[in-house]
Amino acid sequence: MHDKTVRRRRAVLGLLVASSLILLTAYFGESAGGGLHAVQRGVVEVVSPIQEGASRALKPVRDLIGWVGDTMDAKGEVKQLRAERDALRESAVTGTAARRENDQLRRLLDLDRSRDLTQTGPVTSRVIGQDPNVWWSQVLINKGTSDGVGVNHPVVGPEGLVGVVSTATGNSAIVTLLTDHRTAVGARIAESGVGGTITVEAGRPTDLVLRFTNRNDEVTPGQTVITSGTESRIDRVPSLYPPRIPIGRVTRVDDPGTDDQEIHVRPFANMRRLDFVQVLTRTRNAT
Amino acid sequence: MIAFTPQLAARLLALGVAMVILQVAAVSQIELFGTNADLAPLVVAAVGLLVGSLPGAAFGFAVGLFLDLALVQTVGLSSLVYLAVGYGAGRWLELRDPQGALVPFAVGAAATAVATIGYALMQFLLGVDAPVSFLLVREILATILLNALIAGVVHAVVRRWLMPALPEDPRRRRRRAYTTGGLSPLSRS
Repeated sequence: MHDKTVRRRRAVLGLLVASSLILLTAYFGESAGGGLHAVQRGVVEVVSPIQEGASRALKPVRDLIGWVGDTMDAKGEVKQLRAERDALRESAVTGTAARRENDQLRRLLDLDRSRDLTQTGPVTSRVIGQDPNVWWSQVLINKGTSDGVGVNHPVVGPEGLVGVVSTATGNSAIVTLLTDHRTAVGARIAESGVGGTITVEAGRPTDLVLRFTNRNDEVTPGQTVITSGTESRIDRVPSLYPPRIPIGRVTRVDDPGTDDQEIHVRPFANMRRLDFVQVLTRTRNAT
Repeated sequence: MIAFTPQLAARLLALGVAMVILQVAAVSQIELFGTNADLAPLVVAAVGLLVGSLPGAAFGFAVGLFLDLALVQTVGLSSLVYLAVGYGAGRWLELRDPQGALVPFAVGAAATAVATIGYALMQFLLGVDAPVSFLLVREILATILLNALIAGVVHAVVRRWLMPALPEDPRRRRRRAYTTGGLSPLSRS
């Protein structure tokens, strides 16, 4: 009797392990249009309305806990924010004059590159689910292909760039965040125009890294990083992201003055506290 | 071994679905100590600890599969990790029958450690194309600590939910016998 129980236990365990390995192998082996991917899209389609309801119902609880945490954090941030406010006030005065000049020059040069986000067909969406995993940073939103949302559409939040749509179903979509280790974004320093690529290290979501800059590029902490986008129609590989969307602020520079210099950037958007985002549905490289 | 009745299966199914929805819709969006709690390893370990290794492993496999499908992750990865968690917790119940009040906390911490570290190792084996920072280790440790803190509550909720479908606990029956009079050895003298 005991032997039979042990044999049965081992058989079931082996079956479950084998099933997992077969699923893993099949998932890796198939294309994005394969059977398992189709099942995933179907499950997302079914589960997303339930998640949306649960997300709305549980929002007061999230807000309450978030309020307690925010109050504690806010005390430490007041001093820093006051200093930042003073600096920004000063730069705003300078910036207003510079922007007027800049606008006049743009009109003079007749460049076809000054695009407002309102021209990119923004679709406001509610975040109804978030991936708990430290590896895959993605959120589920309540707008899908029926609202014009598609794969590779950029997503922005109130503070700046958030990520890109990686999967879209009829009434929901998965947004892969800027803090996911698979994401890379063409970016530049707003003040100097220094360009590079923004990536992130796995498990370090609040510290983006601007790489592939030139050794002569001088970058200092406090500068703002924005998307480089596609500034010209003749670019062969257009960027997924429109230009000049804020990404974050430079916190430090490792190995400055070398080809390997790494510019660390803290993203403006708090990826763990997203309630609403906008999907830009009219961009050049979207599918 | 505990009999796997239809009532138990139905309760496990409801528990798994509710847990995944709650995790994705609320718990993942609440940041505590710089990280967020992960209910999946706690619930799977609690089920293993209450119903045994085979139902624990099957529950872990199903929860992992549902998570992978609902979150559009690599299918099969979470299934493998969580079936190990459920089986391990269940085997511990069968071999040691742990009794202490701190058992749920210890099992919760161990289950979270197995799940997070196991997931990380699987990612490396599958070839994550990204540098890995020390902060990942810090985040894993923070998740383990946070999960250990809430493991007792999660275990109590799971136990309360599954109790009607489980055979009566002999320890509970013995305590009741002592307190209803007549059978306690103290009353003989």
